[in-house]
Amino acid sequence: MSTIYIQFVLITHNKSMESLKKGREIVTKQKQVTKTKLSKRTKRRYIWAMIFLLPQTIVFLGLSAYPIIMSYVYSFYRWSGIGPLENFVSFDNYIRLFGDSRFWNAFLNTLYYVIGTTVISVGLGLILAIILNDARLSGKGFYRTIYFLPVVTTTAIIGIIMSSIFGIDGLVNELLLTLKIINLPIPWLTEGSLALLVLILVGSWKSLGINMVYWLAGLQAIPGELYESAQLDGAGFWKTLQHITLPLLKPMLAVIVLLSLVGGMHVFDLVKTLTDGGPYYATETLDLYIYNYAFSDAHGGSRPMMGYASAAGVLLGIFTFAISLAFGGAGFLGDIRRYRKERKKRREVTQ
Amino acid sequence: MITSKTVRVTIHFFLVIFGLIWIYPFIWMVFSSFKTNNELLTAGINPIPESFNWDNYVRAWDSANFSGYFVNTVILTVSTVIIVVFLCAITGYALGRVNFPGRNIVVICIAAIMFIPKGYTIIPLFKIVNQLGLSNSMLGVILAESSGAHVLFILMFTSFFAKIPKELEEAAEIDGAGFLRTFTKVMLPLSAPMIATTAIMQFIWTWSSFLIPLVLTLNKPELRTLAVGMESFVGNYASDYAGMAAGASISLVPVMIVFIIMQRYFIEGVAGAVKS
Repeated sequence: MSTIYIQFVLITHNKSMESLKKGREIVTKQKQVTKTKLSKRTKRRYIWAMIFLLPQTIVFLGLSAYPIIMSYVYSFYRWSGIGPLENFVSFDNYIRLFGDSRFWNAFLNTLYYVIGTTVISVGLGLILAIILNDARLSGKGFYRTIYFLPVVTTTAIIGIIMSSIFGIDGLVNELLLTLKIINLPIPWLTEGSLALLVLILVGSWKSLGINMVYWLAGLQAIPGELYESAQLDGAGFWKTLQHITLPLLKPMLAVIVLLSLVGGMHVFDLVKTLTDGGPYYATETLDLYIYNYAFSDAHGGSRPMMGYASAAGVLLGIFTFAISLAFGGAGFLGDIRRYRKERKKRREVTQ
Repeated sequence: MITSKTVRVTIHFFLVIFGLIWIYPFIWMVFSSFKTNNELLTAGINPIPESFNWDNYVRAWDSANFSGYFVNTVILTVSTVIIVVFLCAITGYALGRVNFPGRNIVVICIAAIMFIPKGYTIIPLFKIVNQLGLSNSMLGVILAESSGAHVLFILMFTSFFAKIPKELEEAAEIDGAGFLRTFTKVMLPLSAPMIATTAIMQFIWTWSSFLIPLVLTLNKPELRTLAVGMESFVGNYASDYAGMAAGASISLVPVMIVFIIMQRYFIEGVAGAVKS
């Protein structure tokens, strides 16, 4: 209904444009007369705009900007979270972090997780999107729903279900034993490298659907005429893929990889519930490391170390920022180069 | 692109097989929730329960307090959705329709928030909620969940409202409607698809939220949400796998149903996010 109404307004708008042009001179004359009246209306609109912006501004300043600033401030204090901030230690927390092998272990685990899930879920997501993008494939919506379903489910719950499925007497081992692929159950979650592998696999399973939808959005942006002319030229499926689809998806690749990397850097829910960092910190990621120092006694001490945890949080923020800068910067430079080329072309044409 | 029929049948075959494996964890979860713990240990890989008994659900709902967790999650999610949609709609309207001085700077600032490096903001957020005296109430969790700039939603609303032709607004004004009335009676109804997209995305986001409710309810078990309650359930009843499956089904099935019904809005919103 509403779209029809908008279209109707647009049509009448176009018609009235011609008469508007004719009447422009009259309007400019009238404008001088109504100037004071107009500015009164404009002023009222400005006031309303400020009123409309006020709630979000308050929420933003209090619950976004202040926490962001304080997340930096806390990192320069030795502070258990109770009582006032008074024990200023400057960069002590950072120096201790740089010397903490458990921190670097968490850093490496995060890195493995991020790279693993990005390669698997972005790659498989692309293959799935190419298959599902085919116009002649029936039941696309059904398949899309199925492969997207894990994305919307609560990660913390998924972690718990998966910890049971990958348990020593869980579904996976039962299946492998029944099929006689293995003779002894595999200690999926009690051996460090296997636990990290399970974490990566489950993380990829969880995020594949969203990458598939990103890729589908990119594929649908490719004009259909390109495929038609490729078909006329006699190009087969693989040739079209290689020379049209993939090159045109390249700009999307940077964005999708970036989103996947940034999301993976902050993995917490899944690690907390699936392995809780175990066995022996083998799957502890940075966000879990920070949580353990800030809110639990899993760091060995008896009191929370909020200042120390904040410093680790700042480092994680900087790592993530560096990654996005590297990717975003590359994409941005590419955009500028493309824009300049186009402008040059346009200039040549006009000359 | 795919021409021969055999190729297409093969593709369907693989899509169905992998799709089944893909969602098997959910199928397993729902079937297990009807089994007894004994059956779970002895049945091996046979997924079908001997009989559909609801004991696990009764146990999870009553003794493990999933009823409380469920109510908490619904209150938290619904309140957060209403607050976020309201905030984003009015912010987007002001930015999209009023060309006040400094408007572009505000938009750029909003977009920039997404990219600045942030520390571990949950600690200060936790402190603010405590200082406001809301540490023992659901309101504190709701406030923390509604925080964040919702950059994407605001920008989506902004560009939506900016595209509505000026004539519509002028017509409403000629009819005597002021700024507020034009917004509530004309513009807001027009933005129904945007509201749906924002609401469904925020719904799924908040329903699944874990860290904020976990941290804010560390000392208040009665305020736990489903995701947090589930974690403590596993800690307390480690061997009750059937009860765990029932609890997980209580948490996951509602959000899956909402998604399947409303998925058009959700997937469009996600796809729109990457395009912008």
